[in-house]
Amino acid sequence: MSSFVEQFLNGLIPGSIYALIALGYTMVYGIAKMINFAHGDIIMVGAYILLIGLNASGVPTWLAIVLAIAGCGILGVVIEKVAYKPLRNAPSLAVLITAIGMSYFLQNLFLVIFSSKGKSVPRFIHVKDFKIGDITVSGNMIVTLIVTIIIMILLTVFINKTKLGSALRAVSEDKGAASLMGINSDLMISMTFAIGSALAGVAGILWVSMYDKAYPTLGAIPGIKAFVAAVIGGIGSVPGAMIGGIALGLVESFTKAYISGELVDAFVFGLLIIVLIFKPTGILGRKRIEKV
Amino acid sequence: MANEFVKAKTKEVRKSTIQKAVIIALAYVGVIALVSSGVLGYQYSSVLISVAVNIIAAVSLNLVTGFLGELSLGHAGFMAIGAYTGALITLHLNLPAPVEIFLGLAGAGIMAAIFGLIIGIPVLRLHGDYLAIVTLAFGQIIASILNYVKSITGGAAGLNNIEEYTTSDHYLLVLTLVVLSVLIMSNIINSRYGRAITAVRDNYIAAEATGICIRNYKIFAFVVGAFFAGIAGFIFAHNVGVIKPSKFDFNMSINILVFVVLGGMGSIKGSIIAAVVLTVLPEALRGLSDYRMLMYAVILIVVMLFNNSKLRKRLVEESGLKKLFTKKKGEA
Repeated sequence: MSSFVEQFLNGLIPGSIYALIALGYTMVYGIAKMINFAHGDIIMVGAYILLIGLNASGVPTWLAIVLAIAGCGILGVVIEKVAYKPLRNAPSLAVLITAIGMSYFLQNLFLVIFSSKGKSVPRFIHVKDFKIGDITVSGNMIVTLIVTIIIMILLTVFINKTKLGSALRAVSEDKGAASLMGINSDLMISMTFAIGSALAGVAGILWVSMYDKAYPTLGAIPGIKAFVAAVIGGIGSVPGAMIGGIALGLVESFTKAYISGELVDAFVFGLLIIVLIFKPTGILGRKRIEKV
Repeated sequence: MANEFVKAKTKEVRKSTIQKAVIIALAYVGVIALVSSGVLGYQYSSVLISVAVNIIAAVSLNLVTGFLGELSLGHAGFMAIGAYTGALITLHLNLPAPVEIFLGLAGAGIMAAIFGLIIGIPVLRLHGDYLAIVTLAFGQIIASILNYVKSITGGAAGLNNIEEYTTSDHYLLVLTLVVLSVLIMSNIINSRYGRAITAVRDNYIAAEATGICIRNYKIFAFVVGAFFAGIAGFIFAHNVGVIKPSKFDFNMSINILVFVVLGGMGSIKGSIIAAVVLTVLPEALRGLSDYRMLMYAVILIVVMLFNNSKLRKRLVEESGLKKLFTKKKGEA
């Protein structure tokens, strides 16, 4: 039983990080109707900014963290302005390919700058381990869980209760009508990219706090997994991203523990295909009917 | 009226057939001249085979992405299946080389096509972004399974000592395979099936309304694309001699996609040219290898931005006008 609980926790932690990243995917998809493939690589950029901040003398840890999150937010907005905005009326294939190009650009830019070797990140979260019976919960895990829960509550409140949040929802529902109501849809799209990318920054920080290494392709795998999570949950749906992320983390952890470490990817992506076959827009996704 | 159309069409077809024959003949003469004169040296003659693999892979991906209009991000997965199937056949059979090669090629293509059919099933319900994700997932699943079934595939270490049937010493065989593959694919595209496929791409609702069974044509395109990706995988495996699941990763799929996008989606000539140039260039610019992928990324973004920019629209309009002018003059 205790091993089961341990596996559950082992899945919950990456799962909650996936959920954070998936939130970014889902928000961007909801409002810009595009898959931001470069989202995963923003995690990596966040990790590197944090690393630089931590290694620089005289920069306190909190500032390094804030800089990493802000840097990611700004990067997200810049990417949107440079690469996606000119394509807003282009076919979705063109946008998708541009996004993949952007993802590759970030990865290889950091590869050229920092080389492919991983750089170890010093420990920066100092929370004592925690024991319940014979199960040890590490300090990192607790911090990750608490941060994720707080962010999810804040985001839900922001989207559902504030004025900006309802503007955001309005734009994602019908951009034209929202513009007629006096909502600046460009601003809303920029804001979504900023929030989503900042969340990716948080995810990047939590990720390196767990696995303490930064390398240029760090974001690729969690990015793709989180993306799968967003799709499973129903892309465009915020609670769906949370459910999808945590479900994915659990599937991963249980597959690793009880079936085979090598089949993790097969199960994760198999789950995606199965969900998509039976519910093509994900668990909580809305169905869109296309008309001529 | 209809008669005239048919006449014009036959003339067009005849012209393009002659064109193709000339190009193929030139390709043979050119490659034989290059290899036998020894201009290429060892390094570049081995690049020849990579060029061949990339041409087949790019054209087959173009069939799915350019002509059917569905982004496939798992093309390396089909190549992996072809490579492993082909390698397993040639490794375990002890027959004369030509028989082994034939069986290997057939096995590689057919096995990949079967997987194309399997991946075609979700296609029944998905398109666009979702389908792209499923193909991506498919590529990952293949790599994961190849890692797992150690007794057959050798796990992460892969298969070694694959007989070198398609190295640069056998360039004529490889060239023939390339010519045949491209010819078959281009004929499919110019056939009734190909026109139906492009109709699905241009407007699937309208295509459905005119009686095209979207499902069948989509699956057909996926199966044909997968078949030739399998052939490309066979050549790849029997050139390098060692295959591992990690070689057929997401990067490889993206590489092939870059060929297709840069060459022009929906243009076979474009795919071939892009595959040749982008395979030979990095070899020529060895020193800049770190920057290669960076350049690929920039190319992808710039091509996409340019294709959808006002600048291009204006250029096309201007050149379109020019064409009108020259035609009018010709008639007069």
